[in-house]
Amino acid sequence: MSADGGGFVAPTIDQFFPGAILFAGTPFAMNRIMIARMLAVLVLVVWLWLGTRRMTVVPGRFQVSVEFLLGFVRNNIAIETLGEKDGKRFLPVIMTMFFLVFATNITGAIPPMLIQGSSLIGLPLVLAVIAWALFIYAGFRKLGWTYLKNALFLPGVPKVLYILLTPLEILSTFIVRPVTLTLRLLMNMVSGHLLLALVYSASSFFLFTLLPAGNFLGLIGVGTVAFGLVYLAFEIFVAALQAYVFAFLTAIYIQLATAEEH
Amino acid sequence: MNTTIVAAASASNHSLLIPEIPDLFWGTVGFVVVLLVFIFVALPRLNAVLDARSKAIEGRIDEAKHAREEAEAVLERYQQQLAEARTEAGRIREAAREDAKRIRAELVEAAQAEAARVVAQARTQIESERDSAVQSLRAEVGSLALDLASAVVTEHLATDANAKAFVDRFLEDLQIEHASEGRVQ
Repeated sequence: MSADGGGFVAPTIDQFFPGAILFAGTPFAMNRIMIARMLAVLVLVVWLWLGTRRMTVVPGRFQVSVEFLLGFVRNNIAIETLGEKDGKRFLPVIMTMFFLVFATNITGAIPPMLIQGSSLIGLPLVLAVIAWALFIYAGFRKLGWTYLKNALFLPGVPKVLYILLTPLEILSTFIVRPVTLTLRLLMNMVSGHLLLALVYSASSFFLFTLLPAGNFLGLIGVGTVAFGLVYLAFEIFVAALQAYVFAFLTAIYIQLATAEEH
Repeated sequence: MNTTIVAAASASNHSLLIPEIPDLFWGTVGFVVVLLVFIFVALPRLNAVLDARSKAIEGRIDEAKHAREEAEAVLERYQQQLAEARTEAGRIREAAREDAKRIRAELVEAAQAEAARVVAQARTQIESERDSAVQSLRAEVGSLALDLASAVVTEHLATDANAKAFVDRFLEDLQIEHASEGRVQ
């Protein structure tokens, strides 16, 4: 991956472990990624605060855009999946999942941060654990111990097969779900960032190292810049898509846990 | 890409898959802050405006329904009044026709009675005039005939009794003759 000589250094995994900038050495040490994450949180909070501050029955332009986004998560993710009652009950968490994931994802495309606040495992893991706890809570709350029975012993299966099926159900419901939630988001962001960083550093190398040295291979940089722009647009799309997937899967897991029958 | 990550991860003393304390801390803080803002600020405000909007729409629907019901009631009342008025008009027309018929019959009757009365009166008057004429004629003719007869037959009719009987017989003949002549006329 890394080019030999010419001073080109490909981005590595160390991209995700920059030195601490604030509170170094404490448990709240903030590196670039943490700062990007908390800036995203701050902007999100301000946006929510201002966007819902003076809501009127007949909305203005800004309110329409805010309502459109909130309404999308509210209606198309929460209520459509969980129904009116449960959808409203779990709405705060599902809303938080969607907007927090989107806000921390999109920082990867916005200078000067240019790194996703969600590209370190902490945030995806915290969110996945919350989703995991939430669907188990929802299942117990609705069905009591019947929930575990439903989840682990599929109805309508010969009892002998439970020896095989029950461990698989435990694995798929209680282990694979949070792990895939975490890794899907994390790896999308990590690979997105690495590829963008690679394209940026390659463009910089071609245009500002090779070309001034009279090497016309440096013109490849024009191509990498163009590719970088396209990929940037794709990353913005992925940021929204992953936010949607995370929130939607959380809702689906809750729905599956509270369903009377499998 | 994966091999790069794994290779790089093994080369680094950090791992992508093992969370570090600050990472977990700021992840949790981010989640809690955003969740609290949603629970205590954004969603209550959003719900309030959504409720207000649906209430406004419901109110407007109710209002429209109310107005329509009212309009229907008014229409029904007008139609009822119209029907009543039509019935009343028909009744009045019928009564007027009856009245006219009755008045016409009365008038005809009265006219007929008047005509009959006039005719009867005329007849009575004619009768009485004729009677008086006959009376006066009879007296006049009697004296005239007496004068004439006494002048002609003074000697032959000396006694009153004979003369009177004669004159009476003469006058009766005259009267019969006169009556038959009048009938012929």
